[in-house]
This record gives sequence, structure tokens and C-alpha cells, in this order.
Amino acid sequence: MDERSEAPARRRIALVVNGNPVEAEIEPRELLLDFLRHRLGLMGAKRSCDVQVCGSCTVLLDGEPVSACCTLAYEARDRQVLTIEGLADAGRLHVLQEAFIEHAAVQCGFCTSGMILTSLELLREVPAPVPEQVRSHLKGNLCRCTGYRRIIDAVVDAGRRLAAEGASS
Amino acid sequence: MSAETHVVGTSIRRVDGVEKVTGAARFVGDLVVPEMLYGRVLRSPVPHARIARIDVTAAERMPGVVAVLVGRDLEGTDPFYGHAIKDRPIVALDRVRFAGEPVAAVAATDEAAAAEAVWAITVDYEELPAVPTLETALADGAVRLHEGPLRPGLFHGLGELRREEGNICYHYRSSRGEVERAIAGADLVVEGEYTFPAVYQYAMEPHTVIAAWGVDGLTVWASCQHPYLVRAELAELFGLPQVSVRVIVPYLGGGFGSKSYTKMEPLTAALSRKAGRPVRIANRVDEAMVTTRRHNMRCWMRTAATSDGAVVARQCKIWLDTGAYADNGPRVAATAGDAAPGPYRWQAAEVDAWAVYTNTPPAGSYRAFGATHLIWIGEAQIDALARRAGLDPVEFRHRNLLRPGEEVRPGGKPLDADLVGDVTKVAAAVGWGKPKPPLVGRGVSVGLLAAGANPVSTAAIRLQADGTAVLLVSTTEMGQGARTVFTQIAAEELALRPERIRVMGADTQFTPYDRSTGASRSTTLAGKAVLRAAADVRGQLLDIAAGVWGLPRSALAIRDGAVWHETESLSFPTLIARHFGMPGGEMIGRGEVRPERGTGSYAEGPVFWEVCVGGAEVALDPETGRIHLRRLASVADVGKAINPQLVEAQDEGACLQGVGNALFEEMLFEDGVLVNGSLLEYRVPTTADMPDEYRSIIVENADGPGPYGAKGVGEGALAGVVGAIVTALADLGVEMYDLPLSPERVWRRLRELEAQGTVLLRD
Ligand code: FES
Ligand code: FES
Repeated sequence: MDERSEAPARRRIALVVNGNPVEAEIEPRELLLDFLRHRLGLMGAKRSCDVQVCGSCTVLLDGEPVSACCTLAYEARDRQVLTIEGLADAGRLHVLQEAFIEHAAVQCGFCTSGMILTSLELLREVPAPVPEQVRSHLKGNLCRCTGYRRIIDAVVDAGRRLAAEGASS
Repeated sequence: MSAETHVVGTSIRRVDGVEKVTGAARFVGDLVVPEMLYGRVLRSPVPHARIARIDVTAAERMPGVVAVLVGRDLEGTDPFYGHAIKDRPIVALDRVRFAGEPVAAVAATDEAAAAEAVWAITVDYEELPAVPTLETALADGAVRLHEGPLRPGLFHGLGELRREEGNICYHYRSSRGEVERAIAGADLVVEGEYTFPAVYQYAMEPHTVIAAWGVDGLTVWASCQHPYLVRAELAELFGLPQVSVRVIVPYLGGGFGSKSYTKMEPLTAALSRKAGRPVRIANRVDEAMVTTRRHNMRCWMRTAATSDGAVVARQCKIWLDTGAYADNGPRVAATAGDAAPGPYRWQAAEVDAWAVYTNTPPAGSYRAFGATHLIWIGEAQIDALARRAGLDPVEFRHRNLLRPGEEVRPGGKPLDADLVGDVTKVAAAVGWGKPKPPLVGRGVSVGLLAAGANPVSTAAIRLQADGTAVLLVSTTEMGQGARTVFTQIAAEELALRPERIRVMGADTQFTPYDRSTGASRSTTLAGKAVLRAAADVRGQLLDIAAGVWGLPRSALAIRDGAVWHETESLSFPTLIARHFGMPGGEMIGRGEVRPERGTGSYAEGPVFWEVCVGGAEVALDPETGRIHLRRLASVADVGKAINPQLVEAQDEGACLQGVGNALFEEMLFEDGVLVNGSLLEYRVPTTADMPDEYRSIIVENADGPGPYGAKGVGEGALAGVVGAIVTALADLGVEMYDLPLSPERVWRRLRELEAQGTVLLRD
């Protein structure tokens, strides 16, 4: 028996990942998380809960945070994906990344890429959020190490810095 | 060591920060080994059964499948593992003892193929009567889960193991004074029965293992906290010399005890052995939940005091549900027994703690085990006695708390912390003594946790020819900041900038022996080994310089990467080149920690007493039973904070886990089958559950056995806040006997109190 004869037809997709055009042949059931990790070797998005509760697999799809564990790779066709690997600019850390380190908002690091990308979207919408806004925005991202306070502080601080940069430029 | 420190005591940035914010940090699941297959596990759907037949032929024929492992493939191995008691088969042999037990495993070329093949395996189970609860397991005539002689594991570490009756896995007893007589002579006695639920550790990275057999033996990349203990167990299971088993641990995505001791490694190794290729098994959350958990518990406790406010005696019986296999149950029972009396001056105290086998998933370690189980109970009774004696709960504790140097339990390490000072601080932090709004209660909780596990660690430092250093230590970095703290200690001792030091992950082929990573021991014990390794290198450098200058060592000093005599200096690279007579070479330093007196046994321990001190201010909604956390506080009584920011971060995380344990976390079993096995149904704290205000208070009395007088933290805050939330609710007249304090449970209790005519809680 030809093992592939019963497999559903594969599809070609094209998308942009971290600014780089990517073309690939995928299986229809392939998850975006597996696509990024197995095909592209981008390991920053992590698998934990598998049911869209923890946020550790978060990536930005056209700027919107999505759980890559519950998104099909096919849904990302012709769109822009940003993973944590694409955030630092030519090796220079993003202000959010700096702030996470400075505030000790990183412990084991397993939640960190999801936390940073989810926060990035908030800062684009609300340039200098107050702690309450960050707290409510991050309620879909679990962290088991930090107790969250430092993460919130880091995002508030990064927002303040970005707003100041924006104002001065 | 000079009294003044430059790097130690400062909050330098985490050394792994950049890797972790850029996604570059590698966890086991991020590694790809050539030829690697993907493994999936078939797990028993029933809690107790004989396996009549397993048919894997269909699965073996499926596309992509390379191997299917079942019990009969374990020939040539010792199929049982367990560091305390060797009772857990690598994969079920002829019987399953819990729903979720691995019955078979498939290795295939991709995950989907492996998952499909698992469904193609057919198993005939002949169900056996099950004992899925403490009550059924302890009943007269209950079926026995384990027969025959008990085989001690390599690291049971608790003295002689006895074959216990029925389903008792381990019994810990401690007794001093004549309890019955003391209680009879007391004025006030409180007594009650309490329960604590099963809880899931939820480290965000579930257990993941890659195992690869090669011509030179077995290599394992594992998300494990204790690489050396895993190596020893694997070597024993597969009959290999230890040198032929290599355990490598990159970063861990949290552990909290869920990855302590041996978990998925034997199964993955056996599957790889059968497949003849490397295999990776990554647990999903539902699988992680049936791999290990926190013990649920039932407890009876009685505490007595005099009417003028002196504690007299305590009596306690504890039954811990350790599930189908012992895992760390014996030690959990022992630490629970140690925590039960609480840090008070008793005339008499008597504790019995039993770990009990049941047909549920094995229970093992979780942050502050034993202490979290018991402290809230003891503290609830202390509060009840204070109320009856008409004394303020903080004042009552002040009168009765042990002082530094006093005996905590007969023969063990005396108290090495200032509990009176600690409780005073948390009380102040939650507004003790200030007027309270209606329906707001305040509570404090004080307890001790036997910390440090066994005091054995070693470390090495290689000072390179250019004056940079590589630190070799087998502590695993699971978020606690061990690599950063070790960097600081080595930087301090060698007068190097932290950027010039690198700490790698554990690799048993290269990094030296360390007993384990857990029990708040890394900074204290591995840190001390690092300090000694650095001092060793320093001594060698001073000797070389002394030789060059013809001066005694005492005339020399080390600073800024060089040895100095007055205004003359020789840099480390210069000294190393002098020593070897050419550019290149390295100075290797070694450091070790072992018991300073006695044998380091459990009875003589612990390495230090970790304080579990918490304060809480809660608001209660009497209509819904909901508890709102207005303020929480905990004390990190660390002796010396090597990195204050990391200390606070650790405690804040522990505190929030305490919130989950106190208020809503609970694994639910129906007839031994887990029914809330996903993060949709098992809730852990989110940003919505944070207290309005939280303070971690650092106390530095340099009274620890670690470097610079340090001692560990990271566990006590959890047990402390659980106790404080319970006593804060009791402050409102609502005494609780079962956790978690879910809205429904509190609401029912309120209605019960109402029916009894106890004062109504209304605005
Ligand atoms: S793994 Fe995708 S949200 Fe948890
Ligand atoms: S840092 Fe470990 S889960 Fe967030």
C-alpha cells in the first residue's frame, strides 16, 4: 500500500516570516507551531498547554497575537508572521527585550517569547499603558515562575521609554 | 574572603537573559538529534487491571513506525525504578496500577504517525478492584497494590525501610515528651480533621526526553532537575557502567519539583534501545499530570495550650496519598512530619505520617512539599488557641516561637533563623493592628521547612589562558537564576568581571557531581562548592605570583584580574603563561561540599531550616464566597542575598503558586481517573489572580551555611502565604478545614456557620 495514497493533498503556501519570504509545501493539518519549529527551525515559540490557554506559543500574524498551537500553517498563507527571533533589530535588542531583562521578568524563559510578543501588540495600540492595562492584556499568557509583577513592570517601563523616544523624534 | 563584596549582593542582570528574550535559549524540545524519531505513549484508561493481552502487530505495520515497546521488551533490564523504593516499572509488565500508566510506546518518523500508531494497539484489560482513595486503600481487607519484599532505591536516604502493612508505603514517626499527659494537663485544646487536595506543579515545559543508544552507551538529553541521580538510575536499570550513561540538561522550562528524580527517562531510553535510533518523547499536559503531582492528604491534629498563652503539646496524624508508586512519597511524609509541630516550644509533640499507595497517578515533589501540606493546619490551630486565650495572634506567636539556636526536633539542626523578627515584619506589611474595613481579615503564618536535601556538591573552574573562566557545575538552570548566582560568587572570589565567566548546563560527562537541584539548595551547597573551587584557583595564582616575586602569599592581593603586591601587578594571563612556560594552558580549581559533621543523614539535618512566613489581608464577599487578596507578604530569610532582585523574583513566583494552592487548584479524580486533565479545566493563577499588593521582605542575618552566610529560598513563601490566607479568613470567624478555599466551598461554610447561629457576615 502506498502510504501517501490516502494522505490528503499537500498544498503550497507562501508567506513572510520575520521579513523573509518563505515558500513551502505543507500538509493541510499542519499547525503553524510545528511549521515554524520543524520546518523553519524557529524554536522561540514554545508548546505547553496545546489548548490556547497559556500563550507560550504566541506569534504575531499580521501584527495580531495568535496561538500557533491552534492555528493552521495554511491560515498564515500570504501573511506576515513575526516570531521572537525577528524582534531584535540587527542584533540590537528591542526595548521590550531590554526591559524584560532589566526588571528580572525572565526566569525559566519558557513563557518569555509569548509574553514579549503579546506585549508588543499592546504597545502598538496603547503607547504608554498603565499597569492595570498591561495586567488585563496579559491575562491569556501564563507564567509559572515570576508572579507576573515584574513582567507588568517591564512592559510599563518599555512603554514609557518608547513613548519618550517617539516624542523626541 | 574580605568582608566587603563587589559583585555578591548586587542585582546584576541574569547571565541567561539575552538568550531567553531572543528565543535563542535551548530546551530539550528544541534540540534535534540526527536520525531522531518521535515517541508517543499508550496509557492505561483504567486505574487497576491485569493486562491479559497486548497486540501491537497492526501498529508495527503502520507507515513511519519504527518500533513499538511493551513490557516483554524489557528483558535484560531491571524493569523497576524509583529512587526511594524500586516499585515503578519502566512500562507496565502484567498489571497497571493507575489510569495513565504507560502500557506501550511507539517510535515513528513523525509525531502524527506515532500518535496514530498508538491508537492501533489493542490491549485487553481484566479489571481489578481498585483503591483510588485514602479511605479505600486503608480499609480493612483492601487489595494490596504491591506485594513481596520492598526494594530500596539508590537514594531513599531515610534510614532503614521497613515492609509496612497493607498499602502503607512509608511511615515516619517522631515523638518527644508524654503527649497524652501534657494535653490532659492543658487548659485549652483544639482538634480537627483537615484535607489538602492533589495539585499539579505545571512547569510550563512538560517533561521532555531524548534518548540515544550508541556504541559507547546511552546518551540522554532530559528536562530533569537531578542529572546525576537520573544517570545512576539509568545505569542500574540497563546494567551499564555509569561512564556509559551520559545525561545532558540544557535549560529547563520550570521544574518546581515535577522534574526531580527520574520520570520519563527510562521509558524513552527503552524505546530508543528497541528502535535502534534516538527517540524523543515530549509529554503533553494531560500526560505530565499523570506523571507526577502533589500529594493529596488527610490529617488529624490536636494542639493544647495554657489559658495564659503558652503552647503545651501537639499531636498529629497524617495520611499522604502517594499514588500507585512511591516516587518521593517517603521524603514528603518525612518533611510533612517535620513541619507538623511548627516552630514552637512544646513540652510534648507526637507526629505520625504515612505515605499510602492508592490507584492514582504517583505523587512526588512540589515546591515546599510537606510544609505546604501541614503549616496552614498547625497555624489555624495556633490562631484558634490565641483567640480562646484572648491574645493577639502575633503576640501569641511571639511568646511561643523558638529562638535561634533552640532545638527544632530532637537530634536535628537547631533553629537558624529569627522567626520573631520575620513574623513582626510580615504582620507590619499587611497592616497589622491598623483599623480594618468591614469583611476584611488579616492573618499571619509561621512555619519551617527542612531544606537542602543532602549536603553533597562539587564544582570546578577552568581559568583560561586569557583570564576568562568556565564554571562547571551540575545544578540545572530552571529559572531560579543559579547560573547568575554562581557567576557572581566566582567573580567575587576571583576578582573578575562577571562577563568574563561562563556557566554551562549540566552534562554528566563533564560537569562534576551534584546531588540535586531542588529543596532550595543550589545557592547554599553548589554555591559553596563554586566558592571553594574559585578559592582553589585563587590559591594557585597566589602561589605562582609568590614564586615570581619571592614573597610570601600574605603580601599579595587579588583584584581586577591580577595579583598585586603594593603597586606592582601580574595579570592572570601573565601568571598562567609563566606557569606553563608558554602562552596557553589553564588553571583548574575544584571545590566540594560534604557533611561537616556526622553523615549528613536526614535525622541529623536539615542543611538549614527555610522559613515559611506569610502575611495576608483578604476581603470576603459573603454572597459568593469569593476571597479577594488585598495584600500578601512573605519573608525571604536568606542569610545573605547574593542577588537581591533574583531572591525577590523567586519569592514572588512562589507566592503566586501559593495563591493557586490556597484558592482554587485541585486535580479531580473520579474512581481514580483524572477528569480535569487540561489547562482548560485545571486552572492556575493568571494576572487576574494577583494580589493587589505583594511584598517580599529580604532578611539578611548571615546565619546560613552557604557562601557569605547565605541560605536558600524559593519554597517557603508558598507555604507561608497559604497559611496566611487561611488564618486571615479565620480572622473573620470563618475557620476552614479543607483546601482549596474555592468560592463554593467558602460559601457552603458560610451557610453552615449561619445555620449554627454564628455571627453573620454582612456589611
Ligand atoms: S501552547 Fe499554545 S497557547 Fe499554550
Ligand atoms: S519565566 Fe518561567 S514560565 Fe515565565
